[in-house]
Amino acid sequence: MKPGPGTYRTGGKIYASVLGLLSARPPVVQVIPLSGRYIPKPHDIVIGTVTDVQGKFWLLDIGAPRWAPLHMTGSPWKVEIGETDRYLRVGDAVTVEVENLDPTGRIGVTMLGEGLGKLEGGTIVHVSPARIPRVVGRGGSMVGLITRLSGAQVVVGQNGRIWVNGAPEAIRRVTFVLRLIDENGQRSGLTERVESYLLSTMPTTDAGRAMPRPDQAHREAPIEPVTPSAPEEETESEAEIDSDADLDEGESRGH
Amino acid sequence: MGNIGAKEIPVLLSPEGLRIDGRRLDELRPLKIQAGALHRADGSAFVEWGANKVLAAVYGPREVHPRHLQQNHKAVIQCRYNMAAFSVDERKRPGLDRRSQEISKVIAEAFESVVFAEEFPRTSIDVYIEVLQANAGTRCAGLVAASVALADAGIPMVDLLPAVAVGKVGGAIALDLKKEEDNFGEADLPMALVPQSGRLVLLQMEGHLTEPELAQALDLGVKGCREIYERMKQALRDRYAVGPMTGASA
Repeated sequence: MKPGPGTYRTGGKIYASVLGLLSARPPVVQVIPLSGRYIPKPHDIVIGTVTDVQGKFWLLDIGAPRWAPLHMTGSPWKVEIGETDRYLRVGDAVTVEVENLDPTGRIGVTMLGEGLGKLEGGTIVHVSPARIPRVVGRGGSMVGLITRLSGAQVVVGQNGRIWVNGAPEAIRRVTFVLRLIDENGQRSGLTERVESYLLSTMPTTDAGRAMPRPDQAHREAPIEPVTPSAPEEETESEAEIDSDADLDEGESRGH
Repeated sequence: MGNIGAKEIPVLLSPEGLRIDGRRLDELRPLKIQAGALHRADGSAFVEWGANKVLAAVYGPREVHPRHLQQNHKAVIQCRYNMAAFSVDERKRPGLDRRSQEISKVIAEAFESVVFAEEFPRTSIDVYIEVLQANAGTRCAGLVAASVALADAGIPMVDLLPAVAVGKVGGAIALDLKKEEDNFGEADLPMALVPQSGRLVLLQMEGHLTEPELAQALDLGVKGCREIYERMKQALRDRYAVGPMTGASA
């Protein structure tokens, strides 16, 4: 067995280095973290806020260990040097894609691509980055359900930030549902709870029919789960939880 | 520490070998650890240990502030240990004093030896320890809380860092001193252990111990640390455990 992410080897034994779920799939042992900051991966779509504006780039807080510079050439606008603040200012929210990571930890992001750009209006809900597979659902089933039953526009960033826009009531309901998923991420039966909550709070028109807004129902399109990482539920949970296979004495294994 | 209002030295050890609060020499005070106590922190913990109450918060890895402290090959670990003005009987002047600066430093250094800081170059891992109520052994309580908070924050490290103080009271080596024992005892020896390797990453001493006493104190402390270690792991399990999760119906 080889020590994978979240582990280290010393004295011929492999130990956990982070709190998480053990996954021992020969030939690698790894620990999938249950908490922690967002660790960027190339091609992830993330939501950030502008924290600083420089002559040729903006610095974005994407919830990662470091701020991510967005160079003006990575923006969809024809930006003149020194005119960056005409397009994005401190506090603005954007959807960007992680392009590259260098060994010093610098995160390169771009705003060129489908579904990327400045986010106008709406609100941003934070959930743990570890919960994102659950928010997206298998093949986007969970986001699909949420948008369909709330009529809100939802953009899910892999960094745990979720942009929600629509009627105030829809935003409130989606925010509640996202909180629910964040707090119960490892439990089963979430989809059912989300569905029943959204159905029970469904506003009705005078005619008494529910009003999902079809014009906004498909806006989550570009935010499929970007990586092939399967939703954590069954795949990860079978044999791995607390099966101390090779983990002799973890620093701490979550349940 | 400040005076406790007692004019005479209390009897610290009864003829039956029981201490001022009825504990045996190798017994810890009641310890309660709660992982995840704060919402906005990346990781946090609340520890009640005897009459100590300590809150720890971890932020990061994040951008280093001030910038000049940034290290190009690893994360810097910044620690602030602080005692609330109301944490002791006689109001403490708020803010950093020499004692809390020293404790901040030794705790930060203890964590530097267990955290895999190279994984996050040019960042900072900020540890805040707030002592809300003090009754001797707050640096150990702070360390335990901060260590659980670091794990809660998903920071990679060699191991958790249990810590405890051993001392000498009434001529005997005793585990986990409380305030009266600390004030009127003959020695105080706080330590922090890396259970995985058996290394000590924090060791300080006040007072006098003979060489055999020191050896005995270290043994007792390591045993105490191992007990605390189990409690720390349990606290983290409790925090992340889920009910009957089988993944069957999802």
